Amino acid sequence: MTLLSDDQKMLQETAASFLAEEGSIAKQLRHWRDIGCKDGFGHGLWKQFAELGLTGICIPESHGGLGLGATEAALVLEEIGRNLTPSPFLATAVVAARAIEGTAHADRWYAGILSGDAVLALAVDEGSRHAPEQTALEAKRQGNGFVLNGGKQFVVQGGSADMIVTVARTGGSPGETEGLTLFAVPKDTAGLNVDNLSLVDSSKAARLTFENVQLNADAVIGEVDDGWQPLTRALNAGRAGAAAELVGVASGASTMTIDYLKQRRQFGKLIGEFQALQHRAGHLYSEIEIARAAAFKAAQLLDAGDERAELYVYVAKAKAAEVASLAVREGVQMHGGIGMTDEHDIGLFMKREAVLGELFGDVYYHRERVAALSGY
Amino acid sequence: MTDLDSFRSETRNWIEINCPPEMRKPIRSEADICWGGRSWTFQSDAQRQWLEVMAERGWTVPDWPKDYGGGGLSPAEARVLKEEMQRIGARAPLTSFGISMLGPALLKFGTEEQKRHYLPEIARGEIRWCQGYSEPGAGSDLAGLQTKAEDKGDHWLVNGQKVWTSYADKADWIFCLVRTSTESKQGGISFLLFDMETPGVSTRPILLISGSSPFCETFFDDVKVPKEQIVGEVNKGWDVAKYLLGHEREMISGMGLGMGGSLGAAVKPSDPMLRAEIAAFDVDALAFAAMSERFAAMWKSGEAHPASPSMMKYAGTELNKRRNELAMAAGGTEALEWEATPAARTWLRSKGNSIEGGTSEIQLNIVAKHILGLPGA
Repeated sequence: MTLLSDDQKMLQETAASFLAEEGSIAKQLRHWRDIGCKDGFGHGLWKQFAELGLTGICIPESHGGLGLGATEAALVLEEIGRNLTPSPFLATAVVAARAIEGTAHADRWYAGILSGDAVLALAVDEGSRHAPEQTALEAKRQGNGFVLNGGKQFVVQGGSADMIVTVARTGGSPGETEGLTLFAVPKDTAGLNVDNLSLVDSSKAARLTFENVQLNADAVIGEVDDGWQPLTRALNAGRAGAAAELVGVASGASTMTIDYLKQRRQFGKLIGEFQALQHRAGHLYSEIEIARAAAFKAAQLLDAGDERAELYVYVAKAKAAEVASLAVREGVQMHGGIGMTDEHDIGLFMKREAVLGELFGDVYYHRERVAALSGY
Repeated sequence: MTDLDSFRSETRNWIEINCPPEMRKPIRSEADICWGGRSWTFQSDAQRQWLEVMAERGWTVPDWPKDYGGGGLSPAEARVLKEEMQRIGARAPLTSFGISMLGPALLKFGTEEQKRHYLPEIARGEIRWCQGYSEPGAGSDLAGLQTKAEDKGDHWLVNGQKVWTSYADKADWIFCLVRTSTESKQGGISFLLFDMETPGVSTRPILLISGSSPFCETFFDDVKVPKEQIVGEVNKGWDVAKYLLGHEREMISGMGLGMGGSLGAAVKPSDPMLRAEIAAFDVDALAFAAMSERFAAMWKSGEAHPASPSMMKYAGTELNKRRNELAMAAGGTEALEWEATPAARTWLRSKGNSIEGGTSEIQLNIVAKHILGLPGA
């Protein structure tokens, strides 16, 4: 199971050619950035994702999806990372799809995800550091429903989402994993204020304010007070996915940089002839291979329902973020002056890495989890 | 039940019956490893028995052909055997450079006669080999070697010196790179096999900073080697040498995960700053363990880049050095005690990992040139 199956290789090829062609930096990232698009991605491209079946990777066959898993999602995300393609794929087709899996909300939303019409987001963070168990946003029972008060931030695609899966506290206190509940909050809900912000990489993430937001009981996803398990399932799918996307970012930046070492001449030589750069390039290659192996291991363990999956998800996110950071720093440095310009694409990789590195927990969060899970 | 499932259950039963309890205990030190050879003294009856029953089945070298003393197992079966041995913590019945280095080279480059002669002896643990590669003037620049072999009609006459010959003082035979022509650097090297008891061969152990002496200087003074004891063609020994180095690097890269388990769980660091560094290390070690699995699968299926063992060797050995640095830090002043604990010796020995078998810098040169295609490397 360590290597890809023939079907997986086919999917990888499909995703690679589709995203290199349609999802390129010039056609998507720069285009939407330069015209100041409020969503930060193109809905036309999201439709194309759907036409290729990619939006249904994590949706069960019983709902018309492909019924595949984290491994297939990782294959697509690596290509998304390589091309810096802005899309709601990770937030909607992976994280939110996993969060509502097996509930009535799946019946409500899966069709829209499959057709490429719906965008879903997850609202979990409340401070500047990822700490899901610290959730304080309050959901108080009132009559047949709940009233929500509090705030969320770094809600990726929160501004364009048709529905936001919101983690709220129905019991216990911040710091506890019990007493959390997931709610389906449709856009335009009264009392919900969405402040759509641009991030460093031109992607969008919202700050949400909940002011006496009234929801019916059927807005609950899963069970009241038992949200930790589906939240963890969704977050781990997201972390494994972000790890794969980071591997793609690292790989894209590294390919661009190594090509540059083979073209740029100084002192009458190609700069790639200098051993000082060769060794750094060799080290970077080695690190990217290792990060990719960790990302795929995490995805495969998740798909197998293996008990080591959680550990490897943390390892993969930490390693991939660390390595992608190395790749973009080396990328900008080795490009020299041109690497500092907006005109060149290498800087865009640095910006994307910064956002993905924070998403669902940074390197330090995940190292801490590895240590805690290993019993020290 | 598939064939592989029934192979697994048969194997599980057989190992359960045949592996002595003592051979299921973790290897504590170098002394627990069975190297075999003409003058081998078994550490225990259990060690002898385990080697004998495994060799009988060809399972000291499970994936070699049966004709040459191997088990004739498919890659999938060999993996099952490995997993079943790991399941009960069974030790390798035999560890040797014959298995990990010379054997694969003979399988690829040896004549039928050589395979039938040398391979079964290796498989049964009857002969211990050493590797004559590095010389005082040829370390990283291995192809610059000067030990010469002159064609004397019915024999080669070998004169020169090797250094860093692992266990030369304990080995029965040597596979040795010699210069048979000075016209071309790499195209003037041949690959010879000869008995360490041949007149004119002498060895001297080298004391390392770790206090151990796993390496020797080896001297050749008019050593006569029969003409047929050459692997591959005359002056084509570099091809054999490079192929074999790939296997050596693959083996050394395994050290990164050979130490096993979480470092943090083993040392329970109390200092928060050290704990953070150890957690960073554990992330890298677990990621590398995933890489090792992936590399092994890709190497077997032929999907791995031919130069990828260089990457594995580089990453695995650098990781092992870091592990030992952190283990020393966690051990504090107690880790400095020279006789009472092996910590300091293990730490010092690990420094050689990124030197032997081609330095980290050489591996990075290879990656840069052959994998990344950078110019002029």
